[in-house]
Amino acid sequence: MDTFEIKGQRLVALSMLGCLLFNYPFLALFNDPGILFGIPVLYVYIFAAWGLLILLIAMVVEARE
Amino acid sequence: MLKGWLIVVTSFAYLGLLFAIAYHADRRAEAGRSVIASPYIYSLSLGVYATAWTFYGSVGRAASDGVGFLPIYLGPTLMIALWWIVIRKIIRISRQNRITSLADFIASRYGKSALLGGLVTIIAVVGIIPYISLQLKAVSTSFTILLQYPEIIMPAKLAAVPVLQDTAFWVALILAAFTIVFGTRHLDASEHHQGMVAAIAFESLVKLLAFLAVGIFVTFGIYNGFADVFARAAVEPTLRALMSPLDGVAGSYASWGWLTVLSMLAIMFLPRQFQVAVIENVDEKHLNKAIWLFPLYMLAINIFVLPIAFGGMLRFPGGSVDADTFVLTLPMAEKHELLALLVFIGGLSAATGMVIVETIALSTMVCNDLVMPVLLRLRRLRLTEREDLTGLLLTIRRSAIWSVLLLGYMYFRLAGEAYALVSIGLISFAAVAQFAPVVLGGIFWRGGTRSGALAGLSLGFLVWFYTLLLPAFARSGWLPIGWLEHGPFGYELLRPLALFGLAGLDQITHAMLWSMIANAGAYVAVSLWASPSAEEHRQASLFVDVFKRAGEAGGARFWRGTAAAPDLHGLLSRFLGESGADAIFRDYARARGLRWPDDNLVADAGFVHYVETKLAGAIGASSSRIMVASVVKEEALTIDEVRQIVDEASQVVAYSHQLEQKSIELEAATAELRAANLRLQELDRLKDDFVSTVSHELRTPLTSIRSFSEILREDPDVDLEQRKKFLDIITKETERLTRLINQILDLSKLESGTTEWRETSLDLKEVIESTITATSQLFKDKDVRLQAELPGQLPRLVGDLDRITQVIFNLLSNAVKFCEAGKGEVVVSLAREGNFLRVDVTDNGPGISLQDQTIIFDKFRQAGESPSSKQRGTGLGLHISGRIVEHLGGRIWVRSRPGAGATFSFTLPLVRKGAHARAA
Repeated sequence: MDTFEIKGQRLVALSMLGCLLFNYPFLALFNDPGILFGIPVLYVYIFAAWGLLILLIAMVVEARE
Repeated sequence: MLKGWLIVVTSFAYLGLLFAIAYHADRRAEAGRSVIASPYIYSLSLGVYATAWTFYGSVGRAASDGVGFLPIYLGPTLMIALWWIVIRKIIRISRQNRITSLADFIASRYGKSALLGGLVTIIAVVGIIPYISLQLKAVSTSFTILLQYPEIIMPAKLAAVPVLQDTAFWVALILAAFTIVFGTRHLDASEHHQGMVAAIAFESLVKLLAFLAVGIFVTFGIYNGFADVFARAAVEPTLRALMSPLDGVAGSYASWGWLTVLSMLAIMFLPRQFQVAVIENVDEKHLNKAIWLFPLYMLAINIFVLPIAFGGMLRFPGGSVDADTFVLTLPMAEKHELLALLVFIGGLSAATGMVIVETIALSTMVCNDLVMPVLLRLRRLRLTEREDLTGLLLTIRRSAIWSVLLLGYMYFRLAGEAYALVSIGLISFAAVAQFAPVVLGGIFWRGGTRSGALAGLSLGFLVWFYTLLLPAFARSGWLPIGWLEHGPFGYELLRPLALFGLAGLDQITHAMLWSMIANAGAYVAVSLWASPSAEEHRQASLFVDVFKRAGEAGGARFWRGTAAAPDLHGLLSRFLGESGADAIFRDYARARGLRWPDDNLVADAGFVHYVETKLAGAIGASSSRIMVASVVKEEALTIDEVRQIVDEASQVVAYSHQLEQKSIELEAATAELRAANLRLQELDRLKDDFVSTVSHELRTPLTSIRSFSEILREDPDVDLEQRKKFLDIITKETERLTRLINQILDLSKLESGTTEWRETSLDLKEVIESTITATSQLFKDKDVRLQAELPGQLPRLVGDLDRITQVIFNLLSNAVKFCEAGKGEVVVSLAREGNFLRVDVTDNGPGISLQDQTIIFDKFRQAGESPSSKQRGTGLGLHISGRIVEHLGGRIWVRSRPGAGATFSFTLPLVRKGAHARAA
């Protein structure tokens, strides 16, 4: 299998990870009235997970193999 | 002070700047130095996804649902990761088939069906019109609010104005004129709008910067950072509830999930997204950067949405100001005129970007897939015979742009006021999501058929119309509102917001659920039961197997017919003008090493196909097919013939696979032959070496024998003592000569394979002991100690007794030869190693250098070879031993360190495979 296909499969996996992170039950776990660093926990979670996902996608795409 | 004229002048200056950018980019493109050939421009142009809806509406939605606006931007991140596979394929297909729009793509996939193209166009136009009206609403609302500065008055509270005094009307007209200048100045066979893409990328930057500016101003200017905004908001119970809103009213997980799915589909199937992502893509590689840059853009433009929403609600308590306008009203309330103007321009850029690309995409669809196919079919108009159609095409497109924008305005006047920005946008999202089954199914599933696509699209569209658009009309007062609550004619089961009694879902979730079930279900079911036509077969194969096909000529094989080159030229010039047709003919001729018009071009299947795809670039696949059919006498292929061609193709693939296999085998054989040849040459050289070495080795003892014999014969005065010494030498040299000749004979037998092997069962321990006895005199002569470490019981093995004795003898005599007299010590040991017996002969002589260890088993090579070497052997002993051991299935080797003695070891197998065969 060549790099191109492997990257494609990794991206599919990341997309599925994203679907998991941004859905029930993960969202429900963080749907909490608490405050973290002065920001509501849910907001911190969504933006952090989003940023991380983009970082992972960028790493997969830009990796030289 | 913000005067009306200042706002208008700034807006026009901004539009002028956009036009300048587009003009410059078009010029550069014509000069062959494209400005949009960059992954960054491509990623930014995808940012056309963020419209006025994002710019103003996200904050509005955040004010009511907290994080509820986010699925619209998370979905694209999840989808774009799949673009590596999905969009890449669509781009490749579109390039090869010269697809000009989403409608063209779907029509082309299902047998170039004009009916399907028309249906897609209608769905797209009807579905997108609310979305366009939303942009008009945003621009006109923001303009009206800005105009009231320094007062903050909501437009809803202003009296209704007649059309001619309505800002939205003028906005629609200006945008239409602007789009026409932008997108339909001329007709291009490639249907690229490089200038437009450059301008859109610029707009994406402007709106991002404007939004970030107001976000930073609110968060850090009005308040002291994120923590401050949220801390103040947390005091208010209503605001605090928005911080964990997901169990709340509109925030159930199901609707969150459906919004994500909706936006995942919208990012691909909104006509403007298809336009920038697929049609305007100039290089597939740009996708790689866009896959992570575009989500990053989405993240950036959303970071400040929540602080602005909370800031706005704190600043304007009690809902006096519409949350959709916070982005603009917050800077206004703080008397920040410049920032307010920047925000207005940002909103304008978000709206214009969307309107320009969307209407260009829609007008292409309307022209190529709705109007032209109808006009061409009307024989009365005799269009297929008309001389020049470029003007007609441009007129259709321009009218389409006017119509779309005016329809958008009408929707805004009649229905727009009843809804918030976000809800209007979602209605459009749900409409374009109906394209998902036929497009995705179409590129991965060969079995999807035209009837299936028609059934799926129509049903999905109907359900969408019934559950989303009609209720929107009802709410705006077009239809009796009771119809919503009690169902048509009192049929409760058919209530549009709770179809078949499915209640408790929000409107979008409900509509998506039913429309997707109807759409995908009908598409699959009808496809499975309706048999496809030949044309559909061929197109399905072109689309699904796009990566397996070599190039553009793929489609030509499916065509049969006759045509005349001048007819084709005439056809092209009618749509693309004389020069456009000339250019296409020249390119085609050049690619085949001909010169046009000097050489005659044969209008074969390949050429006709080439012309058809070129023409499709201008007028769409279905229209192009009709036009080309009008000048060629086509013999339609039957379904069986297409099947046959497809079968042939697969056979060819199979053959070529076999050929590949064969050629790999052939290569391997060639490599083996080459190796064998090298080996032969090497053997030949070795043989020559051998002969010369043998003659040399034989001559040395012969010379000494001869010279001593001559001395004895010639000189009678030699005394007795001397004679005895000479005769000793002669005897010794004769013995050496005998030994040498014996060994050479041995070796030649071994090498030629004529050695007779007498294989018997033997006990290796006994063999060693008897060899030790035979060599004991050698050890005594030189006063070297010999020690044997032989274990008691070991299995017997099968081998040639004499040969094995020869090997052991050789090793022992070598050991004693290299030991120093009086101090030497030799150890012989025997041990079992798995299925082998191992014999070690260790001496404490001078050892063998590493270099010598590698050659010591070669013919005529001895350790420490030098002219002065005292140790004279034949140089064949070890070589012969090696041969014997190898023949018996064992291994021989040496380990040694210079100065620390040497250990010669060999192994013999207890059980030998193929012993019999070798013995023969």
